[in-house]
Amino acid sequence: MKPPTELSGTTVDNPVIGIDQSKGDFQYDVKYEFDAGTGLSERTIDYISAAKKEAAWIKEFRLNALKVFQSKPMPTHWATKDLENINFDKIRYYLASGQKPKRSWDEVPEDIKRTFERLGIPEQERKFLAGVEAQFDSEAAYSNIKDLVAKQGVIFCNSTEALREHPEIFRKWFGKVIPTGDNKFSALNSAVFSGGSFIYVPPGVKVAHPLQAYFRINAENFGQFERTLIIVDEGAEVTYMEGCTAPKFSTATLHSAVVELVALKGAKIQYITVQNWANNVFNLVTKRGLAHEEAEIKWIDCNIGSRLTMKYPGVILKGRKARGEVLSIALANDGQHQDTGAKMVHAADETTSNIIAKSISVGQGRSTYRGLVHIPRHLKGCKNNTECDALLINTNSRTDTYPAITVRGDLNATQHEASVSKINEEMIFYMQQRGLTEAQAMSLAVNGFINDLARQFPMEYSVELKRLIDLEMEGSVG
Amino acid sequence: MSLLEIKDLHISIGDKPIVKGVTLTIKQGEVHAIMGPNGTGKSTLAKAIAGHPDYIITDGEVLLDSRSVLAMQADERARAGMFLAFQYPSEIPGVSIANFLRAAVQSRMTEGEELDAAGYYKRLYAKMDMLKIDRKFTARSVNEGFSGGEKKRCEILQMAILEPKFALMDETDSGLDIDALRIVADGVNTMRGPGLGVLLITHYQRLLDYIVPDYVHVMWDGRLVKSGDKSLALELEAKGYDWVKKELAAATV
Repeated sequence: MKPPTELSGTTVDNPVIGIDQSKGDFQYDVKYEFDAGTGLSERTIDYISAAKKEAAWIKEFRLNALKVFQSKPMPTHWATKDLENINFDKIRYYLASGQKPKRSWDEVPEDIKRTFERLGIPEQERKFLAGVEAQFDSEAAYSNIKDLVAKQGVIFCNSTEALREHPEIFRKWFGKVIPTGDNKFSALNSAVFSGGSFIYVPPGVKVAHPLQAYFRINAENFGQFERTLIIVDEGAEVTYMEGCTAPKFSTATLHSAVVELVALKGAKIQYITVQNWANNVFNLVTKRGLAHEEAEIKWIDCNIGSRLTMKYPGVILKGRKARGEVLSIALANDGQHQDTGAKMVHAADETTSNIIAKSISVGQGRSTYRGLVHIPRHLKGCKNNTECDALLINTNSRTDTYPAITVRGDLNATQHEASVSKINEEMIFYMQQRGLTEAQAMSLAVNGFINDLARQFPMEYSVELKRLIDLEMEGSVG
Repeated sequence: MSLLEIKDLHISIGDKPIVKGVTLTIKQGEVHAIMGPNGTGKSTLAKAIAGHPDYIITDGEVLLDSRSVLAMQADERARAGMFLAFQYPSEIPGVSIANFLRAAVQSRMTEGEELDAAGYYKRLYAKMDMLKIDRKFTARSVNEGFSGGEKKRCEILQMAILEPKFALMDETDSGLDIDALRIVADGVNTMRGPGLGVLLITHYQRLLDYIVPDYVHVMWDGRLVKSGDKSLALELEAKGYDWVKKELAAATV
């Protein structure tokens, strides 16, 4: 890929001259106007806050989060020791080429535009989206919402803009579903967050087409910490989709997002992720939704790529008859560990949750399902269904399942099924005998394994998912 | 006209020799039957010709139109025109017959060539009608939960769509009741003609009542020990494999 060479944009004076920016070893010739340098300290936060011209409360919030992050140990007592390989001192926490996203593709700097064009974003926007955010490293490079949707009162922008322009709604919900101290990485995100989407849908508005955000990591040794907050008011509906990519670097990159969803009474949120990180990205993301009475939150989560993904989208079923769903697909290739799952916390009567998780382990890839379902004794009429299926492609692939299901009281019901299957040589030979190459045969078998789940995805995403699996399988056959 | 030539073929599984020198030439348009008791190497021969990686060719040659196929992967051999109807076809969960066959058809097209979807389905449905297969069948996952008869019919359907030059049919009659056997045989007979050479592998004479072979070979301990026309099959049926065994014993004394 040709590196971006020159970036134009709003020129803002560098707010913190004192930070040594030469430490950042630029692999790509990108001229960032804003660079918080390498390593994390209060000065990093001073820099980010100054660059964004933030209000005092948010800076306080960040500084507090930094203390929480520093005080919390790595969760290696239950999670992989690979987390210890993250060197927080070598990461760059904020890189931006401008503070204001462009409203039309023509204005986006040529090389960034080319990146997103290669990813097919403008085309998708024209075809089926109600709005697009395209984030390049720390800030959105492009942001647009279709007039029709904006006129309905829907707000769709990035968190930087939301803090500036909609502080009253933002502040009310921000950090409420996932508090700073939820875990070490939510604390890290709370300290240095930048970008991510902010969506507000007014009561009764059903957004007909999906809103989409695209997250692109371009710089090496970089940490992307987007913060997404989606509030869907009573009886309203929205589908949000995010895609994530990064080029392949020789050193580790960190992606640590926090996503908070709030579905008020009778609201519906569908949140779809298709990520295809390069295999050196530590992807440590906290995602949780709060579903009020009769609200519905559905996470569709496809994890491909990364070195280590730890992500367990959850729903807190707070109101009566609230529904939560997680449909997840994870593909762990050589040298990758997909530690994914779902959390369903039932906190009201007649709440229902459904988890279907499918994982595929290729070569030495490792996939782990980690789930939590909690239904306390005092509730009645709650239901959970959990299904985890694992597919192993090679004999040295690995899968583990940790389903923690706590269902108390006899007025609630749960159902749990798990299976492990293997693609055997006979199946591959059978398909090869029909003319398919080994890689095509593997792809087809994998696509078959996830087929019943992928069918529930919007068409565009099923196609994208299939393409990504084809690419993964292509590379996995020697 | 294409030629499939098997020359002094030796095949081992692991260290164990199974096929110990088979020579056979099949021309397009001919139907050859190989008969023999279980464990004499019939299926091994078919799978090895098709390129199964577990079967090691230790000596000999397989030529398709004078070109050796031994260095070719199974999929290259398939695209070159060789089809194996499996004795035990694999299940492919989640992959419909229609999609599987479409992928197989596409694998035979040159890069950039687009599949004519309407034409493909038209052809698929015509072949299904010929084999008396319900249209709903194509939406089912390949072989998943199929009865023995459905599996074999699915094999014949694939063969009909892919139109190979040579079909190796491995115990296609096993597990079939008489009605299913008839349908499968009718399918093969319809495809029979100057464009198709068939190697039928069977344990029983029964199949040969329906698919009448041009040549019959008897396999014993990894070798073809007797060849003849269709009357050999009838003779075998009448006298049993012990007859061959005795003849062999007499010959080696």
